[in-house]
Amino acid sequence: MSAVSSSQVERRIVFLLLLIAVALPLIFPLGWKTEVSNYSKLAWNLIQSAPDSSVAIFSFDYDPSSMTELQPMAEAMLDHAFSRNHRVLVMALWPQGMQMAEQAFSKILAKYPDKRYGIDYAYMGYKVAGIVAIQSMGKNMAEVFPADLSGTKYQDIPMLHDVKTLKDIAYINSLSTGVPGIKEWVMAARDVYQTPVTGGTTAVSAPGLIPYVNSQQQLFGLLGGLKAASEYESLIDVIGPATVKMDSQSVAHILILFLIAVGNIKALRARKRGHNE
Amino acid sequence: MKRNLPLFFAFFCGILVIVSEFIPHRPFSMMIQTLQDWFMIISGFAILLGQISLFQSNLAKIQQRESGWMYYLAGLISFIIMLLVGIFWGTQETGGLFGHGANIQAAMGSKPFDYLFDYAYQPLSATMFSLLAFFIASAAYRAFIIRSFESNLLMITAIIVILGRTSLGGMLTSWLPESLKFWHLPNLSDFIMEYPNSAAQRAIMISAALGIIGSSLRIILGIERSYLGSDK
Amino acid sequence: MKAICLTILIGFLFVLPLMAATDFYIQDVPWDEGKALNLLWDTDADSVLIQKADSAGVWQPIFLGNSTPSSYTDRDLVPNKTYRYRFTSIPMAVDSSFVTAEARPLEQWFYLHKLSYLLILLIISIAIVFYIQTARRGKDYFIRRISGLDSMEEAVGRATEKGKPILFVPGIGDLDDIQTIASLTILSHLAQKSAEYDTELIVPCRFSMVLSAAREVVREAYLKVGKPDAYKEDRIFYLTDDQFGYVAGIDGIMVREQPAANFFLGSFYAESLILAETGYNTGAIQTSGTAQASQLPFFVVSCDYTLIGEELFAASAYLSRDPQQLGSLKGHDFGKVLVIILIILGVITEMIGWHWFKIFFEGVQS
Repeated sequence: MSAVSSSQVERRIVFLLLLIAVALPLIFPLGWKTEVSNYSKLAWNLIQSAPDSSVAIFSFDYDPSSMTELQPMAEAMLDHAFSRNHRVLVMALWPQGMQMAEQAFSKILAKYPDKRYGIDYAYMGYKVAGIVAIQSMGKNMAEVFPADLSGTKYQDIPMLHDVKTLKDIAYINSLSTGVPGIKEWVMAARDVYQTPVTGGTTAVSAPGLIPYVNSQQQLFGLLGGLKAASEYESLIDVIGPATVKMDSQSVAHILILFLIAVGNIKALRARKRGHNE
Repeated sequence: MKRNLPLFFAFFCGILVIVSEFIPHRPFSMMIQTLQDWFMIISGFAILLGQISLFQSNLAKIQQRESGWMYYLAGLISFIIMLLVGIFWGTQETGGLFGHGANIQAAMGSKPFDYLFDYAYQPLSATMFSLLAFFIASAAYRAFIIRSFESNLLMITAIIVILGRTSLGGMLTSWLPESLKFWHLPNLSDFIMEYPNSAAQRAIMISAALGIIGSSLRIILGIERSYLGSDK
Repeated sequence: MKAICLTILIGFLFVLPLMAATDFYIQDVPWDEGKALNLLWDTDADSVLIQKADSAGVWQPIFLGNSTPSSYTDRDLVPNKTYRYRFTSIPMAVDSSFVTAEARPLEQWFYLHKLSYLLILLIISIAIVFYIQTARRGKDYFIRRISGLDSMEEAVGRATEKGKPILFVPGIGDLDDIQTIASLTILSHLAQKSAEYDTELIVPCRFSMVLSAAREVVREAYLKVGKPDAYKEDRIFYLTDDQFGYVAGIDGIMVREQPAANFFLGSFYAESLILAETGYNTGAIQTSGTAQASQLPFFVVSCDYTLIGEELFAASAYLSRDPQQLGSLKGHDFGKVLVIILIILGVITEMIGWHWFKIFFEGVQS
């Protein structure tokens, strides 16, 4: 495929239009409402129905690059989990995941000042080896996490006294951009130990994970992209960063539709010219 | 020997992992746990291997003044700065060699590592990801052209899904009565994603899974050896 | 159906009523690694307290709660060790207070709930081995054209003509991802071609284990065609573990070095389009392949050739034309037929109401 200079100019026009389409609604919000999809509702139901004081895993399997889409999900789901009085074990299968987690926690903890480290949440840190780490957690959590980030031994963390393996976890929430991520949690935790798994991913990766939201409930719902994050915010009655950014995304989508129409008109004219010649 | 030993390991470990998937009794359960522990330890050390490789290859390019050597220099300097500030003052709650650097924190607002992470690394990464939006727009503009009946179908489906994923799509068809709710754009979009899309995805996933079984078996049995560098 | 009956029968035999009481008894969890016991009770009381004797014989509470559901699974036990439990109804009923029982968790030799997996695995593996054997005996197997792989020669030729390098990206998966292994097998063939044509090959890696394997693969390939001196280790290098940092690095290489041919083969996620579009923009001939179905549309749009799903795994057989490997591909086809038959049977049995078929293949541990 050879790129020609006219197509280079067209690309730049497209980029410029997109920049304007994204920027304008951020400056002048439209306030369009988002409807809640079944996938988001299923994920919400899982957290909503987990018993009081359940221990959940929040796995931050992404890095700053995809934080625009995944951070609002993390914050909304964490807010929901804390509102249901769940205790959260925080970990990451990606090296920068813990930084993302601590950013989300610092924001949400401001809303829940009573939550105490070690009793309501614990930072267990980054684990290498992806799916193998999850498999080991299914056998012995303390072996995978001998201590938390501050060096406190696993056995000395109050909220983890009764958590020996993944079977003792009420649900797992993986926020992931790639591999290792949701798929690995489904394969090694849900399919083997029947621990419910839910999660969120980027919009471009969501279609590949939707087949796991099935009658066997390999995945309990799925948040795909910013729209799903804004849906989750509306489910917990919060106007968060995703809701604010949804206007931009909607306008950008409409611009893409417009560009597709322009592309087709251009192709049609080129074909007609070809016929005439 | 150089070729046969890895082949033997691949065969032994491959068979062991498969067998222990079905046999919970010792010694299989213990052996698989040991293998998993080994893998995690090797993965941990492999990170170090990557950093050494990065350092060596960048240094070599700078020394030889290869074209674009200043990019490699910038990469190397960034690497060293992040490494040093991490070692000296740690990150977030974890201290470094010089403790938590209270004075520096007071001046910068956070630890040097966290400062660079928040204000340099994070925006740079997000910028890379945001390129996706621009590339999707230009790819859609180029690719969604009606050329045949099939491409027509593809485009109609794309329009429904794109509209269904926007707030506008919901508003456009919100007037539809309850009996026609299926045609409501977000519902129609969910239907497409849940049934035709999932069906196609599953077909590809199942055939890929079969490919994985076949490839794994070829590797375990030593028929496929090119991943070791030679097929003989 | 036979398998289901077997589950119930053998499961019953493994029940361990070592010291059973009418209202509190203990069962070994069947078909497991011997680390769990099921404690069951039948009581009119609203709440129950269960205690377990520790190593010093002191009763430690392990469960205090509602009496329904009337079971509790004690996990993380040591196989073959005897455990003592004390059961108390709250409010204490005269006839049921302080019932004690003891039991031993036993290791079993098979996860029965995985029987369906084992059967499918055995059938497909036997089919693959059978076709490999027939291929060894000289039977020729047909393999359809895969244009993405045929293009390899064209891509290398074009790079040679232009005097530009070839870029090979083995995906963002680590070495435990079979897509990465499949990618490295293609790299081996590509490296041989590039060595033959004296064309430079650039391989940026995301993980250090992939880096080690890629270097070994390329070195061996150069050695095989008799050009070990042409091998440049520094052209196969580690970039970063960071997903989009890796993409930025590759984009930089594409823009600066303008490779004539790009190969994106392996596991890809959200970065697929960024890579492919940048490559398209530089005018390189592009070949991609992944088993990540959600990323295929992006590759199809921006690349000249795309290997879809299993084609990536068939690449080694296709390129080497080794009869044994081609035979194994026939085994995949048999697997596909088997899956199609099972899907049709599953639909029919569910429609008839014979749910045992679905339950058997779901393989859920009881």
